[in-house]
Amino acid sequence: MEETSPHKGRLINDEVAETITRAEELAYELKISEVMTSNMHKISPDQTMQDVVDLFRQARISGAPVVLNNQLVGIISMEDLIRCLVTSDLAANISKYMTPSPLTVKAGDPVIEALKVFVNSQVGRLPVLDENEHLVGILTKGDITRGLLRALQHDYQAEEVRRYRASHLFEDIISDRTSLILRYTIRHRDFNHGGEASGNIKRALLRLGASPQIARRCGIAIYEAEMNLIIHTTNGGVLRVEIEPHRISIDAYDDGPGIKDIELAMKPGYSTASEEIRELGFGAGMGLVNIARCVDSMVLESSLDKGTRLRMKLFLDKAETVGEGYASKQGDAA
Amino acid sequence: MNLAQIIQELHLTVLTEPQDFAAVEPSSGYTSDLLSCVMSGAAKHSVWVTLQAHSNIVAVAALLELTAIIITEGAMPDPATIAKANQEGITLLATTDPSFHVIGRLWDLGLRAG
Repeated sequence: MEETSPHKGRLINDEVAETITRAEELAYELKISEVMTSNMHKISPDQTMQDVVDLFRQARISGAPVVLNNQLVGIISMEDLIRCLVTSDLAANISKYMTPSPLTVKAGDPVIEALKVFVNSQVGRLPVLDENEHLVGILTKGDITRGLLRALQHDYQAEEVRRYRASHLFEDIISDRTSLILRYTIRHRDFNHGGEASGNIKRALLRLGASPQIARRCGIAIYEAEMNLIIHTTNGGVLRVEIEPHRISIDAYDDGPGIKDIELAMKPGYSTASEEIRELGFGAGMGLVNIARCVDSMVLESSLDKGTRLRMKLFLDKAETVGEGYASKQGDAA
Repeated sequence: MNLAQIIQELHLTVLTEPQDFAAVEPSSGYTSDLLSCVMSGAAKHSVWVTLQAHSNIVAVAALLELTAIIITEGAMPDPATIAKANQEGITLLATTDPSFHVIGRLWDLGLRAG
């Protein structure tokens, strides 16, 4: 899904913007002051319509705010100019043809407020006022599109930087043995958050530069271990993931009730899950089988009084090592 | 064949935020109502047909990077599940048809097992 951008090569108009989650979020996060044009061309109401023609032609714009004594008194647009041209009245004052007291927006408001005004009115541009009602900018739909695209690009770059930094983690920190340990507390019966820890671990691995195959195998194994903690424990348990450049070690442990017969538990299709749990699609008796398929080594220990500990390991060959720097360094040494 | 055609031909209801479905080409199809079977059997970017509708299907689909889940037999996920799917970029589709019918139609359209 990540590779296919459904909006590639398309202009973001109001309608499309509503279907893009991140763009929508940004419309709430970004302030109008961040996307507006602040050094705009202003014009005075006692100038003539001929001045408007000159300004529009010279600055290649199609509208401008009309300002008197630092106060916004109107807006003049191409449409007003056409009305004026129809009657050949270019000598008239701007005040005769401008739209007085136009719709405005506030600089500190989120972009979504301006989008609402654009959607509900026919205007092409909105003067932007500060808290003292002074004109500080002008906003068009184009400004919003550019602002959103800029912010989206920034988001993308930020994720690239996070990935780059994370993938050089092992190179930047010098020790005899560097590892990164992630711990997650899993609560019993917490189905709503089931899969969250495994999802977060998978994301972390990808940021650290793990191959998609390794991240997927880890994700599946940890998901099954996570669901086992949610379904089968008395008090939930803990997931502990240790990431080293050449190895990922995953421990899932709990304090009860323990597994009666480990050999039986490892059999495909065997499950102790209740009917209620099975109705949700769990308890297929395939969890431990899936884990065995995804990891390179797996040790399951359990005691009926003390609880269960499942230890899993994935060994990464040279092409797959986590942390780009480590891989190239090993390559140089060989 | 793309997701837009599948949605149209099977008269599926789109539960998550609409996307440019015509640009999404599922790799294959998979069906099971047992999550661990899906974990072991569904291919990346595939379409999963199930009558499960609780929030964990989204976690499974996100981990496996599935394209879409077709929820059958009129089962309906709750709003929190739909919100989670939007967040993870998983498309949720619904139909009152049974799974067997849906799979048959998908096969007719050219979608195969992974």
